[in-house]
Amino acid sequence: MTAAPASEPAEATASPPAYDCRVAFAATLLELAAADPRVVAVCNDSVGSSNLKEFAARHPDRLVNVGIAEQTMVGVGAGLAGGGRIPFVCAASPFLTGRALEQIKADVAYSRANVKLCGMSPGLAYGQLGPTHHSIEDLAWLRALADLTVVVPADPAQTAEAVRWAHAHDGPVFLRIGRTPVPALTPHVPFEPGRAAVLRRGDDVTLVGLGTTVSLLTQAADRLALRGVSARVLNMSTVSPLDERAVRDAAEHTGGIVTVEEHTVRGGLGGAIAETVVTHRPVPMRILGVPGVFAPTGDARFLHEHFHITAAAAERAALDLLGRGP
Amino acid sequence: MAERRARLAGIAAAIRRRDLEMILRAGMGHVGGDFSAVDILTVLYLLVLDCDPEHPRLPERDRFIQSKGHGSGALYATLSYAGFFADADLDTYMAPLSPLNGHPDCRKIPGVETNTGPLGHGLPFAVGSAIAARLDGSPRRTFVLTGDGELQEGSNWEAALTAAQHGLDNLTVVVDRNGLQQGARTEETSALEPLPAKWEAFGFTVRTVDGHDHEALRRELCAPAPPGRPRCLIAVTQKGRGVSFMADRVEWHHRVPNAEEARRAMEELQG
Repeated sequence: MTAAPASEPAEATASPPAYDCRVAFAATLLELAAADPRVVAVCNDSVGSSNLKEFAARHPDRLVNVGIAEQTMVGVGAGLAGGGRIPFVCAASPFLTGRALEQIKADVAYSRANVKLCGMSPGLAYGQLGPTHHSIEDLAWLRALADLTVVVPADPAQTAEAVRWAHAHDGPVFLRIGRTPVPALTPHVPFEPGRAAVLRRGDDVTLVGLGTTVSLLTQAADRLALRGVSARVLNMSTVSPLDERAVRDAAEHTGGIVTVEEHTVRGGLGGAIAETVVTHRPVPMRILGVPGVFAPTGDARFLHEHFHITAAAAERAALDLLGRGP
Repeated sequence: MAERRARLAGIAAAIRRRDLEMILRAGMGHVGGDFSAVDILTVLYLLVLDCDPEHPRLPERDRFIQSKGHGSGALYATLSYAGFFADADLDTYMAPLSPLNGHPDCRKIPGVETNTGPLGHGLPFAVGSAIAARLDGSPRRTFVLTGDGELQEGSNWEAALTAAQHGLDNLTVVVDRNGLQQGARTEETSALEPLPAKWEAFGFTVRTVDGHDHEALRRELCAPAPPGRPRCLIAVTQKGRGVSFMADRVEWHHRVPNAEEARRAMEELQG
């Protein structure tokens, strides 16, 4: 048995109010269900962890709990959509995406079924429970599928808006709903799929994140500004289809791109952006995330530090990329 | 009834011949599993399903899902015979850019409800379809045709639990029980028997029927379902049914007949 590698000490940062995006998800779903009888929820014994208790109380007939059976859960969702319903299929992201990947491909994406797949508690949210419960491959798997819009909201307001958009949109959607608390970052504006939001303007370097990492990047940009580095921050809330225009613009007008994701560095946000960058305008990149390993045990905060998914690491990566040592 | 019997026998033979022509033209296909399912499909589309080929997306249509997607030749020939698309389209089976893939694409083919091909996907979809009908208070029914080897996929049994939990008496599973899978007999591979007892234990009302007897299939498929339980109809069939040298022979899972075999098969299928 080897000792756990030492990790950096936790950063001392001011703690803005932090929110669990599942709460905004559940509240918005309730609001939609009250207004639209077509809305149903489908889950795999995850009424509690998917925050569906209130939904179950208010609409017991419209909650289909298939038990611990993810493949059937997704197939049932597709069948409900075929019957004119709008199913929100909710489960912990590792099991929804891993166990039912073929159903997501064949029954939902390829069949273009009007199913809303809701991957709860993704990334390293279940840190202590180990790699079986980490969902750090989901974006790579899902963005490989055609015709599936893959959305990762960054905060409660964007979560609510993304859920409203998914309900109104006729087609397959995956929503990655974070459990790790995040601060409020975005205004309540209608969600635009495939469009990155610019949270900080800047010309020296671009920092791109999604979901839980976006607030780290605004912090990093603020710290870089103190060093005279002007960093652009993009909230890339849609992984597929990717906002290629925003990526090309970042490549053309800033000196390089740093991506940070709560996901493996193999094939996720950084991979998606690298594909576009090398095709259109190669610029230096740094891709921060889980470096192609099964993570050790530890809570999400510990694992973020361990894998350099932090504001400080993003700042260091940007300076390194610009050839400016710390 | 004798007249209907003769008419259906003629139609099923015509569908088998058309399917064989498609496979010969494509140089690919799953003739064995197609021919075991043709009689079931013929009865479903001509006598059982409430659907309108002119308006294949009517919300109140009965739903039919062919879970054994590799039996696409039989499905396409039947859909075309029933009027969902032109007979000439069948000549494009598996040709470049044809809508008629080797496994059905619901985005391209009217009458197909969902994409199948990987096995064990049809029944979960059908369960969702039946729950949707119940939520709507609709009398529309859902039928799903599975292969028997396909029942080795665990997703079927997950879905069976859900169907029973919801008491889906608007759902009928038809098992094409030809006893063979791609490589061998089901019982030599991962045995399914006692199959009726398994479905019963999972909460289904189970009936067994000769899967090539049109009248018996019609009777069972049209019978009102006992309330509160999903239904399973085990249709005992023969892979390669209709051609003596293909019948019940595992190698005809996806073999394509040579010229002499094709001639003999067509002769036997003149009915």
